[in-house]
Amino acid sequence: MFTETDIATLDAPSAETGPVPLRPAQKRFRGKAVNESKNSRNARSEWVVHIRRIRDNKDQAAFADLFRHFAPRVKAFLIKSGSDATTAEECAQEVMATLWHKAHLFDPSRATVATWVFTIARNKRIDVIRKQRRPEPEDLGWGPEAEPEQDDILVLQQETAQLRTALTALPEAQRQLIEKAYFGDLSHREIASQTGLPLGTIKSRIRLALDRLRHAMN
Amino acid sequence: MSKDIKHHLTDDLLMAYAAGSLPEAFDLMVATHLSLCDHCRARAESFDAVGGCVLEEQAAASQMSEDSLAATMALIAQGAPTPKPARPHCSVLPTPLQDYVGGDVNAIRWKSVGMGVKQAILPTMGDATARLLFIPAGAAVPDHGHNGIELTMVLQGAFSDEVDHFARGDVEIADETLEHTPIADISGDCICLAVTDAPLKFTKLIPRLFQPFLRI
Repeated sequence: MFTETDIATLDAPSAETGPVPLRPAQKRFRGKAVNESKNSRNARSEWVVHIRRIRDNKDQAAFADLFRHFAPRVKAFLIKSGSDATTAEECAQEVMATLWHKAHLFDPSRATVATWVFTIARNKRIDVIRKQRRPEPEDLGWGPEAEPEQDDILVLQQETAQLRTALTALPEAQRQLIEKAYFGDLSHREIASQTGLPLGTIKSRIRLALDRLRHAMN
Repeated sequence: MSKDIKHHLTDDLLMAYAAGSLPEAFDLMVATHLSLCDHCRARAESFDAVGGCVLEEQAAASQMSEDSLAATMALIAQGAPTPKPARPHCSVLPTPLQDYVGGDVNAIRWKSVGMGVKQAILPTMGDATARLLFIPAGAAVPDHGHNGIELTMVLQGAFSDEVDHFARGDVEIADETLEHTPIADISGDCICLAVTDAPLKFTKLIPRLFQPFLRI
């Protein structure tokens, strides 16, 4: 399902040394894409590199790319979650600023950038719209010794891409129900976990990443 | 991290936690359990991934205002918010709970509820309540049923009831159908986190009379 190109796209900028220049290849998926789904997969893998560029070099160009892609989505997500446009705009900016400040905490062997942005946006929604505290689990600190393997990152990104494909392939009514749940439109009693989504492999992958972190901590 | 946890959270709760639609008290329960249980943490993070996919699928993405990127760079220039000071490790209370107690196990402000049992209500908003329970070794919590869902997680010691035996990290999920009398193991005092989204139903008269004072 994944071509050589997918792998090359993620592997190429993975070199740990020095800043990664904006590569011409990235322009490819800004224009009208011939193969939309494949290109969006490429884009997603690339975002990991963007976050590293922010983390390592405070790279504003990388941030601008991320901003153009994610800020409008976060704003749309917040509006669908019941926020007015002005609040959603402000919150989207704050979410993106958080992404900058917390770039060093992003673990690409446990989440895609989209997943990570979602969690920041969700917490912002709970904080601003529901005016509620959001207890989060104990941090699993991870330093250089726990830096994930490139393969682990790649597989997690691929499995999330497959999850997204599976989500879009669900019957419309079921897909809408899942969206409603994540927009906060369903109460916890209404949420039925029978999503019909294949979460097994992604869960095992995250579990391995957690084991690696625990090992590094001890 | 406890490797021996037998009683886990349900998919429903983990998905609702990922979606951000749980009352605060339930969020606290989930965050506390995930701090001790990597099995459930991996499940919860896979539900986060579903949220990531939903976010990506926002095709009719809203336009950001003209100067939004510049405004965000200005926000960034103001510097990162000061991170919360790291809590020292406590063998009873994982950090999410320490944040609510305001310290480690010694900072819990217990109130006696009779028969040696003590509780401390934690400050949460919304329709659900969270409290810490102290059950002396060998003692029982009054026989009770539930109007809603009650989740009880062991933090120290262990307890048994009509259902099973529960040790550190184990969560008992009780609903309308369960009437139980948790009894702490004789080997040591038991501390639990309990959350409920409706008042408990005590089957005996005396605890029922106390209920307004217990706020449970």
